[in-house]
Amino acid sequence: MLLLLTTCLPAFAKEAAPAVDDPVLEQRAMKLAAELRCLVCQNQSLAESNADLAIDLKNQVRSQIREGRSDAQIREYMVARYGDFVLYSPPWKPTTVLLWSGPFMLLIAGALALVMYLRSRRARIVTTELTADEHARAQALLGGGDRR
Amino acid sequence: MNRFLLPLGIFLVLAVFLAVGLNLNPREVPSPLIDKAAPAFQLPQLHDTGRTLTPQDMKGKVWVFNVWASWCVACLEEHPLLVELSKRNLVPIVGLNYKDNRADALQWLQKRGDPYTLSAQDAEGRVGIDYGVYGVPETYVIDKAGIIRFKRIGPVTPKVLDEQILPLVKRLQG
Repeated sequence: MLLLLTTCLPAFAKEAAPAVDDPVLEQRAMKLAAELRCLVCQNQSLAESNADLAIDLKNQVRSQIREGRSDAQIREYMVARYGDFVLYSPPWKPTTVLLWSGPFMLLIAGALALVMYLRSRRARIVTTELTADEHARAQALLGGGDRR
Repeated sequence: MNRFLLPLGIFLVLAVFLAVGLNLNPREVPSPLIDKAAPAFQLPQLHDTGRTLTPQDMKGKVWVFNVWASWCVACLEEHPLLVELSKRNLVPIVGLNYKDNRADALQWLQKRGDPYTLSAQDAEGRVGIDYGVYGVPETYVIDKAGIIRFKRIGPVTPKVLDEQILPLVKRLQG
């Protein structure tokens, strides 16, 4: 059995090879391509797109991985040519401060407005003390006595 | 009355934002290449593949760099304007024939006129990637020191030529 397994394994490895010549590389390339926008069809990533330019750029990603460049270096290569727009997740820098912090600022503004509204509402509720007579009447209307 | 002012104000602000947003062209991605050195390349010339063309050849001149292809429909739109511009002898136009078949490209130029002082052939589109090309035609203005000063994505229109490209060329030449 063991012998059978050991003889089988290399055969498997050889057969899987032609499908994608390097699955590890391909996986890394596709993961990177999924983070990059296709500029021809702007609502697709490079990974999803079959546009001519997207195919060229995917090949570019593959060949750069083969050359041993890091993911960050490849991302930088794309940004240098196509701008931050190619990144689905734009970097944190002066021009994107509003983009990243905007939702949080709106959340804080909303929370402040809510607190202010609740406070002003509480101030508007007028509490008046009942006289002894009114108290007795209310008690009678509600079913009388001190039974609770 | 007062209670309507706040929602009305919010509505107006939103309406203005949406109006501005809808009028922006999402295809016009600001190029990171503006004010950077034009990427170097060395490509065979379209008319004479034995000779090469590099941006170094244009050093000391202000030049217009136009990326085009015979398969590109929008290029037909701007082509007469480029031919006319070349006749006015204001600025040299260098062509980059992008991912094209050489015979098709030559035929295209013969039929419609050749506005290019020099033409390079980028058959694989590698130089196009270095210039951040994603929608042919694209047009650059490059100054005497080889710095990219302007980029137009899509066909050059008379308005873009007269209001942006030509005044810029004049200023850079002066």
